[in-house]
Amino acid sequence: MALVLTEEQSMLRDSARGLISDKAPVSHLRALRDAKDATGFSRELWKAFAEMGFSGLLVPENFGGSGLGAVEAGVVMEEIGRTLMPSPFLSTAVLAASALTRGGSDAQKAAHLPKISDGSLLAALAVDEGAKHRPLQTKLQASRSGNGFKLNGAKAFVVDGHTVDLLIVAARTAGSAGERNGLTLFLVDPKSKGLAVERTAMVDSHNAARIEFDNVEVNADSVLGEVDQGGALLEGVLNIGRGAVASEMVGLSEEVFGRTVTYLKERKQFGKLIGEFQALQHRAAELYIDIEITRAAVLKALQTLDGDFANASAAVAVAKARAGTTATRAVQEGVQMHGGMGMTDQFDIGFFMKRARVCQELFGDSNYHADQLARMKSY
Amino acid sequence: MSDPDQFRRETRAWLEANCPPEMRKPMTSEGDTYWGGRNAKFSSEPQRVWFERMRDKGWTVPDWPKEYGGGGLDRAEHKVLREEMAAMGARSPLSSFGIWMLGPALLKYGNEAQKKEHLPDIAAGLIRWCQGYSEPNAGSDLASLQTRAESDGDDFVITGQKIWTSYANYADWIFCLVRTDGAAKKHDGISFILFDMTSKGVTTKPILLISGASPFCETFFDGVRVPKSHVVGTVNRGWDVAKYLLQHERAMISGMGERGVGRPLGQVAADSVGSDEQGRLDDAMLRGQISSFEIDEAALSAAAERAVDLAKAGQSHPAFSSAMKYYGTELNKRRYEILMSAGGVDALEWESERSKGGARPRAWLRTKANSIEGGTSEVMLGIVAKRILDLPGA
Repeated sequence: MALVLTEEQSMLRDSARGLISDKAPVSHLRALRDAKDATGFSRELWKAFAEMGFSGLLVPENFGGSGLGAVEAGVVMEEIGRTLMPSPFLSTAVLAASALTRGGSDAQKAAHLPKISDGSLLAALAVDEGAKHRPLQTKLQASRSGNGFKLNGAKAFVVDGHTVDLLIVAARTAGSAGERNGLTLFLVDPKSKGLAVERTAMVDSHNAARIEFDNVEVNADSVLGEVDQGGALLEGVLNIGRGAVASEMVGLSEEVFGRTVTYLKERKQFGKLIGEFQALQHRAAELYIDIEITRAAVLKALQTLDGDFANASAAVAVAKARAGTTATRAVQEGVQMHGGMGMTDQFDIGFFMKRARVCQELFGDSNYHADQLARMKSY
Repeated sequence: MSDPDQFRRETRAWLEANCPPEMRKPMTSEGDTYWGGRNAKFSSEPQRVWFERMRDKGWTVPDWPKEYGGGGLDRAEHKVLREEMAAMGARSPLSSFGIWMLGPALLKYGNEAQKKEHLPDIAAGLIRWCQGYSEPNAGSDLASLQTRAESDGDDFVITGQKIWTSYANYADWIFCLVRTDGAAKKHDGISFILFDMTSKGVTTKPILLISGASPFCETFFDGVRVPKSHVVGTVNRGWDVAKYLLQHERAMISGMGERGVGRPLGQVAADSVGSDEQGRLDDAMLRGQISSFEIDEAALSAAAERAVDLAKAGQSHPAFSSAMKYYGTELNKRRYEILMSAGGVDALEWESERSKGGARPRAWLRTKANSIEGGTSEVMLGIVAKRILDLPGA
């Protein structure tokens, strides 16, 4: 398959870009932050997303979606990255839709997927527990109780966790922390007794929550996939999420880079445009090359997810690691080359720097994925 | 192309039937490369068989037109052939600056007589070419070259010196940049001319490098008489040809690293460094360097694949080869720094049988030229800044 977007994918990009740049430029995120908005995103805009078919992008057609793949999800994420639009696209349309499609029973799919597709249901994936992304270290305990399970433990960094109607929770039903066997995914109603949600305001003004589970009871039907065998399902869903976040970072990097190059052509010092200085030209050229190479690696990972899902882990690790280092470099150079202006809140560049830091951490940073790649290659 | 799947099946079957097993092993020494030319010798019988079979099929230059000795494949077919050859580890049957550099320039700028005279001989490996570009005072600033070509009737008379001329001492012909108008601005007085290295007045002198090898020469021209009909393109417009050829040269150099072949670098390192009880390389910092390297290597492979697909879709930027040249050569230097670190003391032996005559340190030193030859990394970044980013005054 050619490593370029198809005509249909380019059209999808154009329509996503049209909507997002029109309705949700960076000023949209700024306004939500300044208003300390309780939801943290615009429900009206999410409705528009649903009407455009974006919320159901990954939902199979027989459940009201478009049945498209990781490449298409990446196309939309990249446009989100350009304006940093906060939305439940990642949590609901990418992660939850993938988890339900790949692991759900017919009844679970029928109950939730059409609602994700029409925009009426928001859902989040709850995985991380500690400061770093370590899915196999999951400790949240699900013990058998009557016909169902009781959940005890805590989750952190649950993207959109404070607004959703449904949680997909990774829990341990057997084995001990560090083991792949013994993980199970549960569908949990956030209003369940014993469940406490704390919205955590984050550096990037996007949404996340900490969630505590104190003897939260769920019935046997709430198991997503097989008991004890959720590790593979979780890893697959996380890989789609990693590809999506890598795409967001490509969009973010390219936007920051574009703004920075424009500034190099406008700002004068020592009687010259600062873009005339070779010290800056070479750094700008290196960053351009970095972004182009990362873009190719990310598209490769997304295509592999669509074409050879079971063997996509290495390509995904490469993409997420590269996207993390490239975005970090892009925002650092962006702030530095904007000089003092780059440090001001009034200027947008800082928003990109903050979001890049969060994206780097989300589903494993560059170091995590470099380590994963080394393990896959047995060294 | 009518049926891509059928072409792939046929290509695979032909390669399986015709590529000798010895030609499917990674190359380990300079002798494994066949360069062709008047004085060429095959280093083994399988090398001869493989070369001749590929030549007869036109697959030494698969994408050149059949009338010039090529295979006449379109881009998609050529990609299939490359993929199938890579999949079985088939060696390139013929290495040649004629194929990588002069051929594409002749196809674009040569007249019909020049194409007919030279392209079939390149395809058949009969003539080995060298490149007369750099001079002692014209390196990164190539356009300041001073080798003079003075008009004398139907001939030019060429006097001057080239340097870093790769394999000039083995080459049969040279494609050369000469100054045909000393009064014009530096880019405007250059011509691109072809001549036989056995012409009277041509001498070559190999240069000993830090690797102990002498792949480059000083090349001297003392009143070399060359017919004017040997100029490619228009007289005094040779810089256009030179730049076009450089794009191909840079694409060639960026592909020099042995990407993704053989065992993973981490396992090679484990042979000498050792592993801990969990199977992890017993040098945490080196392990991190290797996996970071492999991430960048995989990303570059994707970018190379994408560059071909973008070109096919008519969406590529002509200066993008400079970006790839920069990244590919810097990455190859990183690979060899890692290999030297992984090899430790064993990688320092220079002559012993055990070390295959110091193959690793010699290869390591060779890679240091990658970011100099064909335009330095700094020149590549300058080209990206100017031509792609459109930065002022670059």
